[in-house]
Amino acid sequence: MLDLKGYGPSLLNGAVVTVELAFLSLLVALILGLVGASSKLSSNRVLRAVATGYTTLIRGVPDLVMMLLFYYGGQVAVNSLSDALYDAYGVDFFFQFDPFISGVVTIGLIFGAYMTETFRGAFLAVDSGQIEAANAYGFTPWHTFRRIMLPQMLRHALPGVGNNWQVLLKTTALVSIIGLTDMVRVAEQAAKAERSPFLFFIPVALVYLLLTAGSELFIKWLDKRANAGVVKGD
Amino acid sequence: MPEMITNWLNTHEIFTATTILHYWSGLVTTVQLVFLSLIIGLVLSVPLAVMRTSRNLLISGPVWVYTYLFRGTPLLIQLYVIYYGIGVIDGIQDTFWWDIFKAPFYPALLAFVLNTAAYTTEIIRGAMVATPQGEIEAAKAYGMSWFKRLRRIVLPSAARRAVQAYSNEVIFMLHASAIASVVTIVDLTGAARDIYSRFYAPFDAFIAVALIYMALTFTLIFCFRKLERHLLRHLKPANG
Repeated sequence: MLDLKGYGPSLLNGAVVTVELAFLSLLVALILGLVGASSKLSSNRVLRAVATGYTTLIRGVPDLVMMLLFYYGGQVAVNSLSDALYDAYGVDFFFQFDPFISGVVTIGLIFGAYMTETFRGAFLAVDSGQIEAANAYGFTPWHTFRRIMLPQMLRHALPGVGNNWQVLLKTTALVSIIGLTDMVRVAEQAAKAERSPFLFFIPVALVYLLLTAGSELFIKWLDKRANAGVVKGD
Repeated sequence: MPEMITNWLNTHEIFTATTILHYWSGLVTTVQLVFLSLIIGLVLSVPLAVMRTSRNLLISGPVWVYTYLFRGTPLLIQLYVIYYGIGVIDGIQDTFWWDIFKAPFYPALLAFVLNTAAYTTEIIRGAMVATPQGEIEAAKAYGMSWFKRLRRIVLPSAARRAVQAYSNEVIFMLHASAIASVVTIVDLTGAARDIYSRFYAPFDAFIAVALIYMALTFTLIFCFRKLERHLLRHLKPANG
């Protein structure tokens, strides 16, 4: 059997951290994506400009740079905030900006931008007659969104969301660089200490492969379900 | 104008001539690394894509395994495996390969090349598979050999269809190259990290480098849009 020289349990813990990080970031990204897509399609010019600025900014900057900015910058910002609070009101307040939070925030923000584009396209794919019908029934905008738009766009959004999820999963490896003890970091430390990189990195790579392959199957299954009853053109 | 710049550099604490030169050398490294990986990756991926479309499983199978492995795992892991792995190969220290691979630049280049070649292979394969059947039939009717068909019909039209997806891959590679800084390469991100740790000024250091990356990204997007318009000119509606 595979001898991980006693690093097995910490690698397993690291894998759990990776999965937690991925799911939490996905949640943030999905919410941001919905908000972003709704803003991009809204009639409010300010909202549209903010959403466009957001997606443009994210597309231009590497994820790692963004992560370093949030991690190191976040701590400095929190420190100066707590200094200001202490000077002004004598409130003693300290908050440690940890890598997990920075990771979730950064990955959520980055993939929120990609989800925005995916959801925007999916919203546009909903038949406009459906919205007119909802208006005619006197649905409020919120009701139209929740009852008509959301259920119908999900089918169109699914392939894009699936792609983004696959990329997101692999991006979580970057959080090890700012010090989160996920499986990549455990493997790196073990590989350095034991001088046997293949022994530790190959299993980690296999876990990632397992996660992406599993997601692929799950997304295929979801897609089949979501498209049940849809007649494909020939 | 020169006095203005000198004055600004003299009054500014972080952005002095030294740090700006540091950023510049980082920019050079990033551009070299990304450009070389993309070129080598593209050259490798064309034959790989042709193999991947083969009906013979013994030819297409290994390529499928390769692209699946490299697309299914994070680039960071691939970089670590190559960077740390090369040093522990038995006896490599005695061969000339060690002179090449002991500097971090070449292991990183190898990881990036293998990664981008895997993605590009799939992009080109997708475009090749989408070739209209009629074009291939016409080429066959003209008596073109397999190779001539590939060279004159399939690959040129696949290239047109692949440009858009490939431009995304180029941007992805530029952004992914930031992880080279993890294996002690002083690329743009590496320079920003140096400057951050020297002045403890995360905002200045990382926002400056983010702006440089943005400039690079949007220049690339602009160039690709031009190229796309040029390549797909025949599809433009008349008087459009």
